[in-house]
Amino acid sequence: MKNLFKYLKPYLLFTVIAPLFMFLEVAMDLMQPALMSKIIDVGVAGGDKAYIVKTCLLMCLCAILGIIGGAGNMLFSTKAGYGFAKNMRSALYRKIQSFSFANIDEFKTGSLITRTTNDVTQIQNAFVSCIRMLIRSPFLCIGGIVMVLIINAKLSLVVLTAVPFLTVMIVFLLKKGKPLFMSMQEKLDRVNTVMQENLAGIRVIKAFGRADYEKKKFKKSNDALCESTMKAMRMMSLSFPLINLIMNVTMILMYYFGGQMVFEGSINPGEVMAFSNYITQILMSLTMSSFTLMFLSRAGVSIRRVNEVLNTVSDIQDGKDTEAKIEKGVVEYKNVSFRYPGQSGDNVLNDISFTARPGETVAILGATGSGKSTLVSLIPRLYDASKGSVFIDGKDVKDYTLNSLRSSIGVALQENVLFTGTIEENLRWGDEEAPMEEIKRIAGVSQAAQFVEKLPESYDTVLGQRGVNLSGGQKQRLCIARALMKKPKILILDDSTSAVDLKTEALIQTALREVFDEMTVFIIAQRISSVMDADKILVMDNGRIIDSGTHAQLIKTSNVYREIVVSQLGEEAVKE
Amino acid sequence: MDKKNIAGAPFPSENPAGKKRRFAPAQGSGGHGPRGPRGPMGEKPKLKNTKGTILRLAGYLTAVKLPLILALLALLGSTVATLITPYVSGRLIDVLNSSSMLSPAFATALVFGAYASTGLFVSARLGKEELAANLKKLAAEGLIFALTSFTVTSLGTGATLWILNGDASRELIKVLSAMGILFLVSTLFSLAQQLLLVRVAQHTVRVLRTDLFGKLQKLPLRYFDATPHGELMSRLTNDVDNVSNMLGNSITQILSSVITLVVCLYMMLSLSWQLTLVSFITIPFSMMIMRAITKRTKKLFHEQQACLGELNGIVEETISGARVVKVFSREDNVIKEFDEANEDLTQAGTKATILSSVIGPMMNVVNNIAFALMSGIGGFLVVNGSVASIGMIQSFLQYSRQFAHPFNQIANQITTIQSALAGAERVFAVMDIEPEPEDSSDADPLSAPKGHVLFENVTFGYKPEQPILKNLSFEAQPGETIALVGPTGAGKTTVVNLLMRFYDIDGGKIEIDGVDIKDIKRQNLRSSLGMVLQDVYLFAGTVKENITYGKLDATDEEIIRAAKMANCHDFIERLPKGYDTELSEAGSNISQGQRQLLSIARAILANPSILILDEATSSVDTRTEMNIQQAMLALMKGRTSFVIAHRLSTIRNANQILVISGGEIIERGTHEELVEAGGFYANLLSSQYKSGLLDEEED
Repeated sequence: MKNLFKYLKPYLLFTVIAPLFMFLEVAMDLMQPALMSKIIDVGVAGGDKAYIVKTCLLMCLCAILGIIGGAGNMLFSTKAGYGFAKNMRSALYRKIQSFSFANIDEFKTGSLITRTTNDVTQIQNAFVSCIRMLIRSPFLCIGGIVMVLIINAKLSLVVLTAVPFLTVMIVFLLKKGKPLFMSMQEKLDRVNTVMQENLAGIRVIKAFGRADYEKKKFKKSNDALCESTMKAMRMMSLSFPLINLIMNVTMILMYYFGGQMVFEGSINPGEVMAFSNYITQILMSLTMSSFTLMFLSRAGVSIRRVNEVLNTVSDIQDGKDTEAKIEKGVVEYKNVSFRYPGQSGDNVLNDISFTARPGETVAILGATGSGKSTLVSLIPRLYDASKGSVFIDGKDVKDYTLNSLRSSIGVALQENVLFTGTIEENLRWGDEEAPMEEIKRIAGVSQAAQFVEKLPESYDTVLGQRGVNLSGGQKQRLCIARALMKKPKILILDDSTSAVDLKTEALIQTALREVFDEMTVFIIAQRISSVMDADKILVMDNGRIIDSGTHAQLIKTSNVYREIVVSQLGEEAVKE
Repeated sequence: MDKKNIAGAPFPSENPAGKKRRFAPAQGSGGHGPRGPRGPMGEKPKLKNTKGTILRLAGYLTAVKLPLILALLALLGSTVATLITPYVSGRLIDVLNSSSMLSPAFATALVFGAYASTGLFVSARLGKEELAANLKKLAAEGLIFALTSFTVTSLGTGATLWILNGDASRELIKVLSAMGILFLVSTLFSLAQQLLLVRVAQHTVRVLRTDLFGKLQKLPLRYFDATPHGELMSRLTNDVDNVSNMLGNSITQILSSVITLVVCLYMMLSLSWQLTLVSFITIPFSMMIMRAITKRTKKLFHEQQACLGELNGIVEETISGARVVKVFSREDNVIKEFDEANEDLTQAGTKATILSSVIGPMMNVVNNIAFALMSGIGGFLVVNGSVASIGMIQSFLQYSRQFAHPFNQIANQITTIQSALAGAERVFAVMDIEPEPEDSSDADPLSAPKGHVLFENVTFGYKPEQPILKNLSFEAQPGETIALVGPTGAGKTTVVNLLMRFYDIDGGKIEIDGVDIKDIKRQNLRSSLGMVLQDVYLFAGTVKENITYGKLDATDEEIIRAAKMANCHDFIERLPKGYDTELSEAGSNISQGQRQLLSIARAILANPSILILDEATSSVDTRTEMNIQQAMLALMKGRTSFVIAHRLSTIRNANQILVISGGEIIERGTHEELVEAGGFYANLLSSQYKSGLLDEEED
């Protein structure tokens, strides 16, 4: 909780004020039985009508003061609670944005969503009912006990006998409850994850006709969720009748002893009545606080889960040099090796060294799984090298701030993810402020303009999540345009033209060089035609660069390269 | 940086999501990142009628009739038992004043004891036959717990009484034992009722969630195209949760309130009609307050749930697209977008909660004033001698408190109920969306089709006004390989989407083995078509689980054979745990090309009659591709295959090449014929192989 305190800070005033108002309300509530017993013992017993009227008016006044307290408490506690939750969600989301992929994998998307929404809501609810109930209840309870003591100390001993029973019971319930709530939230994660996967993979599910299988899978996680919710809720519902029972027994005891005392003449019947009223009040307050405590223990679980996220240190830390900017775009790998964090097995990259200069196009070729994508993902620091370093303009990439580093690098990824929104909005990811002509110009370079402008709503066409309503090649062309919008010093095209036909690809490459002649370009591709004109071709195998050079050189020197060429273009291409 | 669009382009008003509420209209047309319409299509933003929603929810409750009825019986018991207590305690005060007998109270208590035992007996009997075994177990648990704690306390009480029992009057002890029985009865009943209701609530929610999920499986792809995933997830969890909260708490509260109301009224009237009239003052006030406030909060709660859904949508989309967010260093922008949604949610939530929670204190003040008035007037009545005893006033005041309680209770439940109804409406909104049309009743099972495929004048557009395919016709004989070639966006993937019946065509007809695919059960149709998609999707789970997605009961040998054919056996073996390696969600542990190989293995294992390869090997390097070529050819042999690819190696052996451009087939024929013809295809090839190498290329 300490950890989360800072999110409450802006609302500290509300948090403090709310209980004060509650105090007012409770004080007024407490006055009522006392005044009433006065009406009976003084007014009625003495036949004093004026006193009855006076006391009655006093009670009305108390009621009105009470509402001010009650409403004020509601107002401030709600504001504080929702504000607290807002800050917490915001902090969580910021943290998640700073996560590395290893971090995200560790939590899973479904769980991160549960934590940012559901868990925060749990904490918020507990917090609000806490500053409402948990404070109201002890006030009521303690106030009740004080009043009882004032009326008759001897009789109030009876009330106190109930305390140990109640304590034992509440502690027992809380202890039992906690693990149940934990498992409840975990099961909720699971439901969320299954659902998220289903939505993302809906095409595959439909294609394989696996709806029933998925339903079964969902049923399993849903049943588990219901099972564990039921267990937790059962636990919670035990508390109410049990507290009632204990307090009612106390009531009987009180009546018994009170009765004795009335017979002895050491207490008035009106006072016994007040006693029973206060016991009811104490009972209610204890029931409420046991509920609140349950809430709290549920929230405790959520707090832990939220803290897990907040306390996770991102694997990728921001660079220190805030001044550093990429001017030219000279990329140099020095003895770089890499393996995915937390995974055993061979290195994905082994001892990679090469240099790429502005204006150069470096193509990377190699078998599936040979480490091509991994190699380029070290440049924008999607991952950090395990050994060795990547330098840009002579400076280690780790020294640039992530923002300055990534804003100079344009990447079109293999998985072409577009976001819900219009085409224009998606392109603006690369440059918020670009004028429309610029967007059109860049879209022209990536050969996206032709098809976009043919759409009825052109750049205002709304894309579904992940750009579902476009073809693969169209998405890729938009992704390239999006990357180019940044006017990057370094451009990485990671197999991002695989679904583009060859003619269009050739057009993209030509246009690219005409417009951005000083850019360092990395191209990962399978097609020889995509890489043939590169200034340097790196041939990769099993995480190593086995050959490098131009097309003309490699055809002579590299067996692997020659094989690839033959596989695509036939023997003629290598004969020369 | 909430800039206006330079182009001044507002959100298109006829977006597929329908008219969607925007809570911050001022920002709606701003160019601040892709925050398009969030909300499923076809859903009206208007609030639906509350009555309908409640009735529908009630429909779900009929499935749990028995526990519900038992719970209500228990509720009745515990409420009535609780309600008799003030009567008894009122008598008690009178005993303290005089020493009149209390046999009526005692008799009532005995009756209730009998009622209690019958009730328990009945529920135990029913439990045997109908309720699940675990319900009995938990009832027993609760009973034992309650009984022990009660026995311990009452033994203590008894002992004290015995020790102190000097000259205590017999009446006092009688009254006290009557109370004791009442308390025990009410405890047992409320325990039973709580446990039963938990079951009712959870069962209903489980069914609700399962139904919603099942419905999602039936929805057409168009729906998923238009709805952010996180938004849907929010309906499944947050909204359903709200319903569960209501069922768990509010039903009891409201019903017990009603019972309390009736019983209290009766008791009050029998005690003093004058005072009863005074207590009625509260009713119109309470009603007015409640009506005024709930009218406003209803809308707000709906807004709150919608905001929560939107927030979920943003979180889901940006986490699953984290890679892109990072490389564009858009963290700040998505955070800003999130903050806006977060702010909206906070605003709506705060407003709704404050407004609805004001009801509580308002009710409280009304009640307290009434209480004061009654104390005063009651006092007068006693002084004037028109009411019998102080004890009676005590009873009456306690009842009048209880009488006011229901209004308080209902007021307190309004927050829960309204957000639950808002949630239920959102859930039902999804359930009401038109699903994929039902399979026609005489749907042909299509067992092991030969693979004759016919497209006849097929017209289709994702949006009707924007046709993608125009009058497309072609025929594939069983066993033939058809290659679809053409510029991006020409409609190649659409052709296979239609064959899979992901979308229904707008005109023309598609037949397999002479049967219109509309007459074939979707399940059968799709499982006889094997598809390897452009965008590979693998599920979180082991490698093996992903391969067997095509055939759940596959043996290990079959899996390995398929993997070997797809050329992925070797790299799988190199993974840390081989076939049991968990694939991570962000998919960092295997490459895109490897994913494609796995999805090919998946299709191989499924052993379909018709094969669709949509850019299936685009991320696989050509040498690996050559290695799997053999397997692919073997796979395609005897099966009708549709191949979409840009690579010549994949298409040149096709029996038919269809060149699609602008939604029409502009050329068709074999590789040689098309090269000969020197049209679009030949052009495409020569641009691909700049020096025209290809023409005389050898195998």
